[in-house]
Amino acid sequence: MPEATFLDSTELVLNMGPQHPSTHGVLRVILKLDGEKVLGTDCVVGYLHRGIEKIAENRTWAQFNPYVDRFDYVAAVSNGLAYCLAVEKLLNAEVPPRAQAVRVILTELNRIGSHLLWLGTHALDIGAITPVFYTFREREESLKILEKYCGARLTTHAFRIGGLQFETYDGFEKDVLAFCDLFLPKVDEYEELLTNNRIWIGRLQNVGILTGEECKEYGVTGPVLRAAGVKWDIRKAMPYSGYEKYDFEIPIRANGDTYDRYIVRMQEMRQSVRIIRQAVEGLPAGPILGRVAKVLKPPVGEAYVSIEAPKGELGFYVVSDGGPQPYRVRVRPPSFINLQALDRMVRGMLIADVVAVIGTLDIVLGEVDR
Amino acid sequence: MAATPWESDLVQQLKEQFGESLLEASSYVGQNFIIAKPDVVTSLIEYLKFEADFDYLVDLTAVDWPKRAERFDLVYILYSFARNERIRIKTRIPEGYRPASVVRAHRTANWLEREIFDMFGIEFEGHPDLRRILMPEDWQGHPLRKDYTVLQQDDRWVHENLGIEKGQ
Repeated sequence: MPEATFLDSTELVLNMGPQHPSTHGVLRVILKLDGEKVLGTDCVVGYLHRGIEKIAENRTWAQFNPYVDRFDYVAAVSNGLAYCLAVEKLLNAEVPPRAQAVRVILTELNRIGSHLLWLGTHALDIGAITPVFYTFREREESLKILEKYCGARLTTHAFRIGGLQFETYDGFEKDVLAFCDLFLPKVDEYEELLTNNRIWIGRLQNVGILTGEECKEYGVTGPVLRAAGVKWDIRKAMPYSGYEKYDFEIPIRANGDTYDRYIVRMQEMRQSVRIIRQAVEGLPAGPILGRVAKVLKPPVGEAYVSIEAPKGELGFYVVSDGGPQPYRVRVRPPSFINLQALDRMVRGMLIADVVAVIGTLDIVLGEVDR
Repeated sequence: MAATPWESDLVQQLKEQFGESLLEASSYVGQNFIIAKPDVVTSLIEYLKFEADFDYLVDLTAVDWPKRAERFDLVYILYSFARNERIRIKTRIPEGYRPASVVRAHRTANWLEREIFDMFGIEFEGHPDLRRILMPEDWQGHPLRKDYTVLQQDDRWVHENLGIEKGQ
């Protein structure tokens, strides 16, 4: 009998990334394939590692604030909020109600922007070219408000520890409400393009299923968890920044497949508009910065604070030794932890489904690699 | 503001189960944490998962205290969906100690323990695949240790490639 050669082997190892348009950045996935079927994956991450947690230890508490925008750069406002809340917890600082309401408005605007970017690129991955032009058109409007507010579009550094640095500009409320009026019908428009589209359904339904139990096992949070039927959102479970005052729902779905995650995110954008409208209408007057010292020296201790970021639970574990610099800042990045479930989700599926699943996990490599 | 003792049914239950191995149960800025001896941490986390519904490992990280005899803090953040409660389990380990992996109870721990190994050089006993995750495979040193500076890497590179002692 002749020796077995490589021609007899049915397994093929294929490198996907780090330069690949569907990996949404510099993610490298090593795929083990049998024909088109995925037998296993290994994610190689770290290409974008900048050592941000180490940088924190050489900056003051306030100096580190702009760096956190570089984790999840498509929803930088959320990162800033989580970091500020964590330091405020250590300082035991009060944030004035006006600052809290403005924070909610900007964070939800940024959530919409993040979901729009996800929708456009996800649809592009699946092969639908049109939605990306529509979603970027509306995302632009939300970024314009951020730009007018603080001068930056992506890495905003919108918040300060203790509140806000900038008062809202004249016409801020009008702009935000105009955006809400403009945006809500557009969500229906996207849904008209996709929700009942046969190709869309065919590519998404029953792809990359992750059940609620598996989500908990892998620590997966955010829309992925809610699409698996677990009604859990930190804005409701452990409210922060006054979210308990707003009336909104947590959209959930039952199957935990890629299609359900799409529906959940679409619903979330509508809920965000609902929150923004309430926050603008009830926007209180008053100071925008609480009583915090010029040089921040939180007392010795540690705290963990997390928020519901567009991608899932974003937390900061901060340790102070009483000095002006953080002793340790640890970020709990939702993208990094959600990405770990990729292997579970794509085993036994096709290569084309890997692209769909990476898209539906909505990872940002800046946050995975830090 | 100092940490205050944390008393609850859960703490009582855990004290009965683990006795002297629980060193402290405290509350700071409204957040509860338990300090336990390193050898019981895995069984404590498994007990919390199966008997007290703490079924979600939120995060796992370490803090370096080079001046302390037990050099590292390992911090496990746990959440219970059923109770809507978050707690932290902390343990202090010396240099070279190999804590047991919690991957069997929480699959999330796989990458988190790899990251701690990468950043702090703590090796987990029983981890299925302990490799560096964020840094390149051939990287020297563990960046989040307090005595690590990037100059070490820099000096080594200029020494090997340019034949001079220091780059800066």
